[in-house]
Amino acid sequence: MAVDLPVTATAPSLDEAMAGLDALDGIDGPAHDRLARRMWRATWPKLVALGLILFVWQVAVWAHWKPYILQTPAAVGRELWTLLGSSLFWQACWVTAQQAVVGYLLVILVGGIVGTAVARIPVLRAGIGSLITGMQTMPSVLWYPLAIMCFGNSSAAIVLMMILGAAPAVANGFISGIDQVPPSLLRVGRILGARGLSLERHVVLPAAFPSILGGTKQGWAFAWHALMAGEFLILVNPLSLGGRVVNSVTQGDWAVVVALMIVIVVVGIVVDMAFSSVDRAVRRRYGLIDPSSS
Amino acid sequence: MSILTAPSEPKAQEAAPSIELTGVSKRHGDGTTGVVALQDVSLSVASGEFVCLVGASGCGKTTLLNLIAGLDRPNVGSVEVRTPSDESQATSTAMLFQDSALFPWLTVSANVELPMRLRGMEKPERRAIATDLLERVHLGGFGDKRPHELSGGMRQRVALARALAQEAGLLLMDEPFGALDAITRDLLHDELESLWLDRGFTAVFVTHNVREAARLGDRIVLLTSRPGQVAATFPVDLARPRRIDSPEIATLAATVTDQLRSEVGRHGR
Repeated sequence: MAVDLPVTATAPSLDEAMAGLDALDGIDGPAHDRLARRMWRATWPKLVALGLILFVWQVAVWAHWKPYILQTPAAVGRELWTLLGSSLFWQACWVTAQQAVVGYLLVILVGGIVGTAVARIPVLRAGIGSLITGMQTMPSVLWYPLAIMCFGNSSAAIVLMMILGAAPAVANGFISGIDQVPPSLLRVGRILGARGLSLERHVVLPAAFPSILGGTKQGWAFAWHALMAGEFLILVNPLSLGGRVVNSVTQGDWAVVVALMIVIVVVGIVVDMAFSSVDRAVRRRYGLIDPSSS
Repeated sequence: MSILTAPSEPKAQEAAPSIELTGVSKRHGDGTTGVVALQDVSLSVASGEFVCLVGASGCGKTTLLNLIAGLDRPNVGSVEVRTPSDESQATSTAMLFQDSALFPWLTVSANVELPMRLRGMEKPERRAIATDLLERVHLGGFGDKRPHELSGGMRQRVALARALAQEAGLLLMDEPFGALDAITRDLLHDELESLWLDRGFTAVFVTHNVREAARLGDRIVLLTSRPGQVAATFPVDLARPRRIDSPEIATLAATVTDQLRSEVGRHGR
């Protein structure tokens, strides 16, 4: 008896086969750790480090190292507590925060425009590309004389210090990000119909975004340095955080000085953490991190 | 052809153009250090034809596709891509690569929508078309995923949907399935063939894989390497839909492979 080979009769349809193959590829999203667990994992090393610092500090006090200046952690803690309860302190934070936001937005604007222009226009790159890298290594305090000459004792002078100190870092983030855009993506963008500015808008800048974000994060650190230096040196508003530090130093109020320093460090840490979480979210969206490792 | 298909079909694509390459030479770099990628290549592709270009490394296939896509210009000769109706230069060309080249910052659906967005189409309209196209490549329901969450074969299907969203009459493919496993590749052959039968675009498909060329093409063009020249042309007169494991394709592939090997062998001597 002849054996019939029903090759095509039993073959599944394209739809079925394709669906089956996709199911085998298992593209379910990765299971995320529970939030509480993740937060604990990020927090406990910080708590241990904090405890260690407090311990060393207390030991230094017990050892009578600089006895007239160094206060106990407890005394500084009390000052910090009083500070957090005073409206003047929150006013100082508000003044500084306003200055920080305005200055930082200008930093991103200037850095972004300069960075994009330098990355995309060869003449500009040849002209000022290395200048930007050089400026990035310059301490922002060195811009103080120039800022004073241009704007005198004003918040504009502080903003100028922030821009000169931090915009180069932002610009460099844009430049390196744009340089690293794979040529294949540019080619595809052109084939899909993107030209000129729409190519920048829809392909170049989004492709460069993770690196741009790195540059703006670094720019924040520089901007915050410049802002603090500016508030120390340019006494526009004694009610700002930096102004309060200067006042407390002149009054010899060391516990308050240290308390304010702690506040300034905490602000830096909090903003950095915010940047890091945005950075992680972006990298996850772009598929740049191994989902199992995060 | 496409007007007669399902009602969900987007508006009729641009008429399928024909391609005419006449005495095309292309050199990369200059003078003595340059490499001649293509030398005196003449090739015509009819409107709605599916042509497969087969060649070993260095046959200038990517250069050839770039010339047809208008991304590059020949040093000598002419490249003409014409629509059959009014003989005007065709405006848009879709292209597929070995790497799907999806944009990682966009969702699957936004990737498919991008060419329509660049043409200025409103969001609700392009969203609807993208949904239809994803259904068509068996990826309905995956629109909100990101490219990195998909397998290689799925990404290539998204790239196919994105290419179709250009509504171009010409689809150029540069080893689009070269990095996929054999099972997925076979299914994508079926998918591509059925899309081509539906829509009747002109297709130029570059591959190293002779069987793949015989499976898909109306015609196989064999290219030599360094410099790239047309060595031979094989018509594929087999009914569609085809199967890659059919004896007719195996026979044809053997003939093409023999000639390919003798061409490649010249470089060893």
